[in-house]
Amino acid sequence: MSEPKPQKRQFRAMEEVMKILFLVCGMISVGFVLFISIYLIISGLPAIMTIGPIEFLFGTTWASTASEPQFGILPFILTSIYGTAGAIIIGVPVGFLAAVFLAKVAPPKVAAVIRTAVDLLAGIPSVVYGLIGMMVLVPAVRELFGLPDGASLFCAIIVLAIMILPTIVSVSETALKAVPPEYEEASLALGATEIETYMRVSVPAAKSGIASAVVMGIGRAIGEAMAIIMVAGNVANMPSLFSSVRFLTTAITSEMSYAAVGSLQQQALFSIGLVLFLFIMIINVLLNTLLKGNREK
Amino acid sequence: MEMKTLSGPRKAYDLVFRFLLYFCAILTCALLVFIIGYIFINGLPHVTWDLLSSQTSYIRDTIGILPNILNTIYLILVTLIITLPLGVGAAVYLTEYATNRKVLSVIEFATETLTGIPSIIFGLVGMLFFCNFINLGRSLLAGCLTLVIMTIPTIIRTTQESLKTVPQSYREAALGLGAGKWHMIRTVVLPSSVDGIVTGCILAVGRIVGESAALLFTAGMGMGLNNFFSSADNFIHSSGASLTVALYVYARERAEFDVAFAIAAILMIITLIINLSAKLVGRKLKKK
Repeated sequence: MSEPKPQKRQFRAMEEVMKILFLVCGMISVGFVLFISIYLIISGLPAIMTIGPIEFLFGTTWASTASEPQFGILPFILTSIYGTAGAIIIGVPVGFLAAVFLAKVAPPKVAAVIRTAVDLLAGIPSVVYGLIGMMVLVPAVRELFGLPDGASLFCAIIVLAIMILPTIVSVSETALKAVPPEYEEASLALGATEIETYMRVSVPAAKSGIASAVVMGIGRAIGEAMAIIMVAGNVANMPSLFSSVRFLTTAITSEMSYAAVGSLQQQALFSIGLVLFLFIMIINVLLNTLLKGNREK
Repeated sequence: MEMKTLSGPRKAYDLVFRFLLYFCAILTCALLVFIIGYIFINGLPHVTWDLLSSQTSYIRDTIGILPNILNTIYLILVTLIITLPLGVGAAVYLTEYATNRKVLSVIEFATETLTGIPSIIFGLVGMLFFCNFINLGRSLLAGCLTLVIMTIPTIIRTTQESLKTVPQSYREAALGLGAGKWHMIRTVVLPSSVDGIVTGCILAVGRIVGESAALLFTAGMGMGLNNFFSSADNFIHSSGASLTVALYVYARERAEFDVAFAIAAILMIITLIINLSAKLVGRKLKKK
């Protein structure tokens, strides 16, 4: 009686082992994030230091393979910002209005069909978007605007706008559905039409949720690489709407395959990765504050 | 009746926005129909048995995507084998063990962050660490390990959601009968949340099939047929392009657009199947 049976002791040991195992699993995503951050900083900083932070971030010429190489990534930073802004300007109104339709106007059966369409759009691999952009959009832009080559920032913006659409629609829809029905009923009872109610009562009530949709869209657009490398032309120009441009992401993709291991060129590519990562972290923190604000309400 | 009593500007406002709402919703659907239609019309005629069952060879001047199909399947299997226990374990820790709210919120923030990191960053770190630092080189294994980091948040989230739907009374009953916590989790909690785990797997497969940026520099662009079980030339050592990477290579570097469209059509079919099955499993989960 005084001593527990051996089987029971084994049982208890098993419990302890599993508890520790689960703890390790639980910590794994924290570990991965720390690992990625530290690894990017360690491999990204040396080149920034060698080149000089000001020259690296604000230099307007990127000539990594010239005899006197220059590593200024301002064109990439600006292209990423313009491209993302353009995608947001086009994608957000369309996605947002579609979400209002989905959440408020559409009969359940129609809504189910549209929702399926949105889910499918979200699931299409980015290279497929890239392929369609390359085969349809680029020639169309070339014909339409009489350009020698259609691959441009403009094409990238269109492709990005389509790619962020599903995110905008589904996140805004969730926010719109969470608006208390009393608000809408009160507005309708006061004589406002349905559309007036949705646009002037439901939408303002859901604005923080819609804001997080926009931030998520920004995150998705700024991180996209494979679709836009196929449509943006890929020359390291300062951005303008109809010129061939390089984004932060495509700058990494296009040179990584031939940059010599350990060369300054390769290290500078890691530094671009670090800059991109900083952008994403800022967006993540912003999103987290927004979401937390929503929950507290 | 209502409309008649409205003033002019209000009527216009109503009409304009009603039109815009319908227009945007239809535009979204039309985009999808166009994309699917365009890919199928241009791609399906080129999906031939020859293409599916052979490999690309410069000498015989043939193009085949069998190696890419096998690589993709291989990436899915190995990634899931590693990511599934880790992700489910993390979800179990979060819902069953964790008591400290601070720890919980840190883990949740990390998981959200991991979801938001673009795949090109995963590719970069994967290349630096798995290919160069641990010296795996461009190989399928390095690709799998990179994908593990990417897919873990998906598995954690879906498993966590279905763990939360397991009634608290089940747990209390098991514990009350004298079961240990692990015993309770193994026999009561996990079996009743299988649906969520399956959904997580399906979504993870979707992510793996569609991934390209993270694989380009980790699994590489090898187009040869890998023998996964031979000792000299196995998956640990040889690079292999997945279907998505192959599409990129054929479209951009070799201008073989027919092949690219054929691969795109195959990818679209896989996407359709994955979406459908995720929906079916999700519906089952809701019914419970």
